Amino acid sequence: MAFISTGYQPDKPMENRITDIGPKHFDDFYPPVIKANKGKWLYHEILEPGVLVHVSETGDEVYTVRAGGARLMSVTHIREICEIADKHCGGYLRFTTRNNIEFMVDSKDKVKALKADLESRKFPGGSFKFPVGGTGAGITNIVHTQGWIHCHTPATDASGTVKATMDAVFNDFKTMRLPAHLRISMACCLNMCGAVHCSDIAILGYHRKPPMLDHEYLDKMCEIPLAIAACPTAAIKPSKIEMEDGTKVNSVAVNNDRCMFCGNCYTMCPAMPLSDKEGDGIVLMAGGKVSNRLSAPKFSKVVVAFLPNETPRWPKMTKVITQMIEAYAKDARKYERLGEWAERIGWERFFDKCEIEFTHHLIDDFRDPAYYTWRQTTQFKF
Amino acid sequence: MAKHKTPLLDQLESGPWPSFVSDMKQEAEARVKNVKGLDYQTPVEVVDDLLGLLELSFVDGTTHWKHGGIVGVFGYGGGVIGRYCDQPEKFPGVAHFHTMRVNQPGGKFYTTAYLKEICDLWDLRGSGLTNMHGSTGDIVLLGTTTPQLEEIFFELTHKMNQDLGGSGSNLRTPSDCVGSARCEYACYDTQALCYALTMEYQDELHRPAFPYKFKFKFDGCPNCCVASIARSDMSFIGTWKDDIRIDQQAVAAYIGGELKPNAGAHSGRDWGKFDIQKEVIGRCPTECMWMDGKTLKIDNRECTRCMHCINVMPRALRIGNDRGLSILVGAKAPILDGAQMGSLLVPFISVEDPYDEIKEVIEGIWDWWMEEGKNRERLGELIKRQGFQKMLEAVNIKPMAQHVKEPRSNPYIFWKEEEVEGGWTRDVKEYRKHHLR
Repeated sequence: MAFISTGYQPDKPMENRITDIGPKHFDDFYPPVIKANKGKWLYHEILEPGVLVHVSETGDEVYTVRAGGARLMSVTHIREICEIADKHCGGYLRFTTRNNIEFMVDSKDKVKALKADLESRKFPGGSFKFPVGGTGAGITNIVHTQGWIHCHTPATDASGTVKATMDAVFNDFKTMRLPAHLRISMACCLNMCGAVHCSDIAILGYHRKPPMLDHEYLDKMCEIPLAIAACPTAAIKPSKIEMEDGTKVNSVAVNNDRCMFCGNCYTMCPAMPLSDKEGDGIVLMAGGKVSNRLSAPKFSKVVVAFLPNETPRWPKMTKVITQMIEAYAKDARKYERLGEWAERIGWERFFDKCEIEFTHHLIDDFRDPAYYTWRQTTQFKF
Repeated sequence: MAKHKTPLLDQLESGPWPSFVSDMKQEAEARVKNVKGLDYQTPVEVVDDLLGLLELSFVDGTTHWKHGGIVGVFGYGGGVIGRYCDQPEKFPGVAHFHTMRVNQPGGKFYTTAYLKEICDLWDLRGSGLTNMHGSTGDIVLLGTTTPQLEEIFFELTHKMNQDLGGSGSNLRTPSDCVGSARCEYACYDTQALCYALTMEYQDELHRPAFPYKFKFKFDGCPNCCVASIARSDMSFIGTWKDDIRIDQQAVAAYIGGELKPNAGAHSGRDWGKFDIQKEVIGRCPTECMWMDGKTLKIDNRECTRCMHCINVMPRALRIGNDRGLSILVGAKAPILDGAQMGSLLVPFISVEDPYDEIKEVIEGIWDWWMEEGKNRERLGELIKRQGFQKMLEAVNIKPMAQHVKEPRSNPYIFWKEEEVEGGWTRDVKEYRKHHLR
């Protein structure tokens, strides 16, 4: 490999340097029909799963075909997306917050060919490249984090759990049979780079073993006071350790009984790793939402304390997820989100109907808010 | 021929959902074939080795990425995430595998011409793998080496007029919903405000000077498609003050069955004939709607703008005309002190370029948080630690009933001395004249 210089001179970093110019302006990227009708849209309709029309007061229409995809995306794949957008959409497209790709055309007669083209493309392994769907009262794409592909703190993989889950719920990506839309989100550790704590169903990676202590390197790699201060339960204190060769080093001691495995110490101190094959796995949460529709936004609640990392397809996890979805689909009223349904029938009934075992792990014991989750009434169901 | 055997990952190639494994394999092959004859600036086998490394994680159930690594571009404290593999001898192609965050355009609208430029850049100087997009919203370019960072930044800024996004203790890359570009519910132009504030606060975005991360997100209406209320320190949610606009003819058409309710969102199941009483009026959380004969009435003063009726009958009901946004503050994920939802700080503020009123609120909040916030304390945690009133004082906003769901149920009020007649200095001797010991 011969280094190809762009013109940047390492010895003169400030020469011709351009900084603080921000993102590209959105105006440069609007398709003509969007530019002409921004702020003038009258209404929209989902014509079929994955196909929307928006109608403007000018009479213009924009048809959107929504396709799912893995957010981990190669340039080869992006070029294929561009080829499709060049062929059908005048060279414009957009992505949604939930990693879907939206192809827009300005008349109805262009929809059929676009959709057929998208659905005809498959990877050699048989999966769709651009499945059309993800609208209305169904399940759209999963927002997720990096996992084992690129992160230093995960307790599970992100792309793998998402692929396994979307395969299992694919029918609901393609249809709109649910009582309301159902959002699944995935975060591979408690840092939660995405908003999984307010999702109808959340998949969360979690550690269950306290950090290991790399005493020999701890003081060299970390600011010990920062590691101590990072612990939300004050489980870490300074200590002096005598190594096998008799040298004494400054390090820390962890009160394992107080550890809640959040990994915040590891974030501050690389000499305190937590990850472990048996210790790490999946927490499932349910009943959250971000919309203000009908009821206020809600946090997701922990409904399964732990499931092992069964690579490559996490069958126990996908089984519980589909149990929840089926129970909800069968029992909830129209417009009820999963959490609203659980609150109406009562969480005790939720566990019955979803055939999920309730264990002591699910009773909150973390600080003051815990009290507000216990039952302070004689109203409950047998 | 693949460099590593990946029997576990191979099982993720089947099934209908797009397989990231198949996509990675096609990229690995494309790099080996190299039909354009590129002089790749990162190892040719980078994707092959990433597949091998990921397979190893699938076998041993743990990550193989080292903790951090301080790399970046000159003068910026964010936008680049250093990443090194902990098995560099087995997987030399990903020994150095840094990420660059590129600030995405508003609404994530793109031209293919722009995306192709990104692809060409990342083909030559990176791994050829991306995230479209990261959770915060950036275009994430996954995997390059340290010597390439400045070259990529030079190329982005000089040829593509494109800057990096945020990382670390700074303003993270702001993001927005599709907004008025393609949504009739948008109460303000989310893209315009997002862009204006991103430009105004470039320094805060690129040079970490905050106690911790700080996120802005812009939702055009209370449906909250970008989840601002759950995950942004400062959440800007569109709303309106006047009446929902009603088209009574369209209401009749929904009742009569000529128009599809819910914009067709529930068409996958037979839910029976549309029943406006049961599905709209009876579900209204404030019970502020009723039918007067064939006319739909709304007591708008009692409406809390939950969007349900508008979502169900978008052709009959439209957002009001006196529009602006609400600002909520302090949302965050559970780490450390538990999750927090955004709390209402400003019920209504108008959205007019150059957005001075909004900037005043932002800067007031930042001044307070930078002064009082502890290292790695999110805004929401500071509000909890010092109390909501302290924040109101700091940003000079008058307390109002809208700020709370309910008033406090304990009387432990921290009265201030100046609020109590006569102050707190008293003469105990004088007191004892009338009250024997």
